[in-house]
Amino acid sequence: MANPLKPAERTKIPRQHMPEQDAVARSQNFKEVNLGLTFELAKCEAQRCLECATPKCVNGCPVGVKIKDFVALVLDGKYLEAAAKIREDNILPAVTGRVCPQEEQCEGVCVINKKFGSVGIGYLERFVADYERQSGQVGLPAIAPATGKKVAIIGSGPAGLSAAGDLIQRGHAVTVFEALHDIGGVLIYGIPEFRLPKDIVSNEVENMRRMGVQFETDVVVGMTVTVDELLKEEGFDAVMVATGAGLPQFLGVPGENLCGVYSANEFLTRVNLMKAYRVGEFDTPIYDCRGKNCAVVGGGNTAMDAIRSAKRLGAKNAYIIYRRSEAEMPARLEEIKHAKEEGIQLLLLNNPVEFLGDAKGWLRAARCLKMELGPADDSGRRRPVPIKGSEYELPLDVAIIAVGTSSNPLVQSTTPDIKTRKGGYIEANADTLKTSKPGVFAAGDIVTGAATVILAMGAGRKVAKAMDDFLRSGQW
Amino acid sequence: MTKRFEITEARFLAPDVKLLRITAPRIAKRQKPGQFVIVRVAETGERIPLTIAESNPQTGTVTIIVQGIGKTTKMLNRLDAGAAIADVVGPLGKQSDIEKFGTCVVIGGGVGTAIAYPTAKGLKQAGNEVIAIIGGRNRQLVILEDEIRAFADQVIITTDDGSYGEKGLVIDPLKRMIAAGKKVDYVLAIGPIPMMRAVANVTRELKIKRLSVSTRSWWTGPACAAAAGCWWTAKASSRVWTAPSLTRIRWISTF
Repeated sequence: MANPLKPAERTKIPRQHMPEQDAVARSQNFKEVNLGLTFELAKCEAQRCLECATPKCVNGCPVGVKIKDFVALVLDGKYLEAAAKIREDNILPAVTGRVCPQEEQCEGVCVINKKFGSVGIGYLERFVADYERQSGQVGLPAIAPATGKKVAIIGSGPAGLSAAGDLIQRGHAVTVFEALHDIGGVLIYGIPEFRLPKDIVSNEVENMRRMGVQFETDVVVGMTVTVDELLKEEGFDAVMVATGAGLPQFLGVPGENLCGVYSANEFLTRVNLMKAYRVGEFDTPIYDCRGKNCAVVGGGNTAMDAIRSAKRLGAKNAYIIYRRSEAEMPARLEEIKHAKEEGIQLLLLNNPVEFLGDAKGWLRAARCLKMELGPADDSGRRRPVPIKGSEYELPLDVAIIAVGTSSNPLVQSTTPDIKTRKGGYIEANADTLKTSKPGVFAAGDIVTGAATVILAMGAGRKVAKAMDDFLRSGQW
Repeated sequence: MTKRFEITEARFLAPDVKLLRITAPRIAKRQKPGQFVIVRVAETGERIPLTIAESNPQTGTVTIIVQGIGKTTKMLNRLDAGAAIADVVGPLGKQSDIEKFGTCVVIGGGVGTAIAYPTAKGLKQAGNEVIAIIGGRNRQLVILEDEIRAFADQVIITTDDGSYGEKGLVIDPLKRMIAAGKKVDYVLAIGPIPMMRAVANVTRELKIKRLSVSTRSWWTGPACAAAAGCWWTAKASSRVWTAPSLTRIRWISTF
């Protein structure tokens, strides 16, 4: 059924608001902030689509989801078909609908974005994926006849899962090795429950098990077993390295090793993976933030996640200390909006130069400098310049450092014939994602550096195709 | 069919100190002295590091010796043969520096002996003379005597109350040796933090290559702190690594 409204009528419909938990209430719990579009809201939102002859949104999507088509199916009420349409290119729609920076991708290039606010593509993708999951009728794709080939995928984050889901369909035997005790990588240890409920991830993993993917947790490739052992002794025909870029970076300022200073990595892993916020139910301890002054240094999604978690853990004052202005913050717009609503205080154009401790070695304050913006640096963002004499002390009990991460060094350090580039990232051919070691491919953040879930998934699909070619031809 | 990480043997070596042998073939195959595992006992549990005392690649088992001090270690020590541990990850950490140093004095205080044990054995295998000083507050707390006698060149036992071996502290035989002019090339000391500090003080004057493991860990007591510290070993030829200077383990990743 075609959209009954004329284009001019469609643009008169305002962009629908995503129902959310009340800001004060949600700042005290870890339940999901966004509640999801209702059927009416979804229909309304789908109706706004102009159905462009050459949809820009599809090009804006890193994996080329057929957005125009799935939105039309939503308008028709054909939600399961819409889900199937998305799954042709994206195996984790319930995840991406929630965590993609749509404003930089599909929605950013939507033709009506500037004047009327883009079509809520992310909201609709989430709506469709949630409907499918709740209906229990997930359409799993058909599996090709068994090829007799075995693939090892190292890392169960978005790149690894995406490649696994693709390769299993092509008939290969797939085993995903994961160092942690649970599957999902950054989806489960990095992104908090209030943005991405873990049930969703475990649901998708279950779908993959049903398709035949094997998962082995507690295996640290490089320590428990090496890549060479996988290839030569355990019978794998090809290996894909998808170990990510999760090694935290620190500021390198004095006092950073005081008690009370954490990497965002550690803080979030305790909260998300180990569920430290469920005190009494789960044993993993976390710093008691109740009534305390907590700050996160950084301006990306990880920083937002960490400070909003600290707030939920009871922080009296929850600060973001960021050395540039809000315009330069790399975090998703929705996260910044939600953070401000929840009472997070943004100390912009501020930078800590030292952490100060008490007699027992615990953090008591950060010495901060105020900054102003100078000309752009290599990243294209304006460079922060310290303002002389602007130092002040910010009383703090907890400081969480979220200024970026670098490559996971483990596989490379134990597999010297895998070539790396500056920063320890694995060098991979741009088209085939082959590394310098025969039989070994790499994809995701371990190749590109820290990026997004959707980019990792796109890389996973790309590498699956190249691996399939290699496995069938036997030619490296 | 064996459960994953099934316990094949479990027995107490001392009050609250239990030996657990766990099925973990991949870990057993690759373990080197000084490495550890991270253990999660059950689904709601925390993850804790524990030194691997030894491993057997033929039977595919690794052995840990655990002092039950906090919630998780006590939970672990309630398990018996046939039970399974939810997660065991390893082998992690850098292996101990084992070379032919010459004469090595290995000092174990209480459950610290369990942690020093794999390195002591490795040192002997590398051709060193190994003098072991094993101590405890009383006879019951001296562990692994037979296992260490099996390879060490000399074993001296001390107890604070004199109920076994010499009466005194583990540091006393070391002081005696040094005063008598014995050439000691390497000292490894693992035990309560004051004990390690005492060893560091004694050896500080001399150019002995000393490996003193020390951390301040907020997980559990000194024994597990030392276990965790095995991962982050401090090597100092003339500097003293004392507890306050190593504020806490920087938990960067599980690796």
